[in-house]
Amino acid sequence: MRDDRESMAPVIVVDRVTKRYGPVTALDAVSFTAAAGSTLALLGGNGAGKTTTISILLGLLLPTSGSVTVLGHDMVRERHRVLGRMNFSSPYVDLPRRLSVAENLNVYAHLYGLADPKGRIRELAAALDLEGFLSRPTGDLSSGQRTRVALAKAMLNAPRLLLLDEPTASLDPDTADWVRGYLQAYQRDSGATIVLASHNMSEVERLCDAVVMMRAGTIVDRGAPAELIARYGRRTMEEVFLDIARDRRKPFDEAKKLASR
Amino acid sequence: MIPGTVMAAGPLRLSARRVGAIILRHLYVLKRSWPRILELAYWPTVQMILWGFVTSFFLQNSSWVAQAAGVLISAVLLWDVLFRSNLGVSLSFMEEMWARNLGQLFVSPLRPIELVAALTTMSLIRSLISVTPAALLALPLFDVWVFSLGPPLAAFFFNLLIFGWSIGLVVSALVLRLGLGAESLAWVAVFAIAPLSGIYYPISSLPEWLQPVAWALPSAPVFEGMRAVLFEDSFRLDLFAASLALNAVYLTGAIAFFLAMIHVARKRGLLLQQGE
Repeated sequence: MRDDRESMAPVIVVDRVTKRYGPVTALDAVSFTAAAGSTLALLGGNGAGKTTTISILLGLLLPTSGSVTVLGHDMVRERHRVLGRMNFSSPYVDLPRRLSVAENLNVYAHLYGLADPKGRIRELAAALDLEGFLSRPTGDLSSGQRTRVALAKAMLNAPRLLLLDEPTASLDPDTADWVRGYLQAYQRDSGATIVLASHNMSEVERLCDAVVMMRAGTIVDRGAPAELIARYGRRTMEEVFLDIARDRRKPFDEAKKLASR
Repeated sequence: MIPGTVMAAGPLRLSARRVGAIILRHLYVLKRSWPRILELAYWPTVQMILWGFVTSFFLQNSSWVAQAAGVLISAVLLWDVLFRSNLGVSLSFMEEMWARNLGQLFVSPLRPIELVAALTTMSLIRSLISVTPAALLALPLFDVWVFSLGPPLAAFFFNLLIFGWSIGLVVSALVLRLGLGAESLAWVAVFAIAPLSGIYYPISSLPEWLQPVAWALPSAPVFEGMRAVLFEDSFRLDLFAASLALNAVYLTGAIAFFLAMIHVARKRGLLLQQGE
């Protein structure tokens, strides 16, 4: 059930979140918000803290300090109040390979408490072109087919917040383009909020209204893709990404220093 | 509220639908793999046949066994209830780890306590599939009808099943914490308690210093109770109550340990890292 605090607040509020594993700091006082209906990208090289951030947003990982509010609820103490309205897809988790596609989707449809699991599975099978292999074991599918099945699982509950970790990793350009088109259409039609971690800069330019750039567990810059491109004097997000990853230019840091003087 | 929700206080609230979803997931695996079903029934049957022949030999050579011809076969079948009950929990849990499915499950609305309910229900199903064929075959092969134990059989089954759940939950929690390299604990842990459970011999035959340790296990009163039924034709309520009380302590501790390890896994980021 939605309550007032959910409808008024940003969908995500991350406030000074730090995650430490012993002496290693994976996230260091990270703060950002995501507005309802926006698509936010978490960008950064390997080890930047993107997957850690997504895991904390999902409640799979507890922060060492700071707070995370999703759909108006604290993810440490109240995650079960919002998990039914979120969903997630990642190449780093899987669905049981021995189960058929239909069986996997049916199990998750029941976990999400859908009123008409079969109807919803039929609907998603048509939308994501899964009809030809619903009865096949999930482990027998190609990586492109498995990505579409994972996406179907993530769409089962028509989530208000969809978290995607590298949604098009290891896909051929045609399938990747198809997945991006599907996500755009879903967001346009549902008004859902999407957070994605990606290494694909053209994907980010196409899908995202806002970007959070991360390096070594900290946020080093943020803004809309066009703003970042202009601020760094570059032509593409790819070039901006390289500037930040290689620490070549620091307009955000410099702006902060200027502001603090 | 999701249909099928059973209301209870706070974190103990269970949704029958979500518990059913996890059971369904494991039944799908069983349904499509006849070797698994065969394997479940195979070992108890082999054990029963082996111990049936041992019994046949002792019947001619041992006055103790001759007093109750079914004692060894009943013991081996009940032992298998405990063994399979433990595996029913731990293998179902490890199945999720092998499939790299834990992350998906824990971002769904499934609560840890619902996972416990599903794992223990699957354990009951797997134990019944395992032991029933062997129990039925013992009649034509050795003229032993284990169901002649009567209602006490249900009490023995119930107590051993619950003790198996406790061991399985502790093993699952340790495998979650230590990784799949520790999966052999599923077999090792239950065999470690076998000598202390008095499966084939009375607890009084153990060294005196070891007997209190044996009586601290819920399995020891069960096998003593089984022998009381077979030798004295009496159901020892005191032994049943002792086993039940110990099980209450062990199961509460095991669930608390399992939930604590899930909390540790959330602190250490283990839920996304599992897999082969």
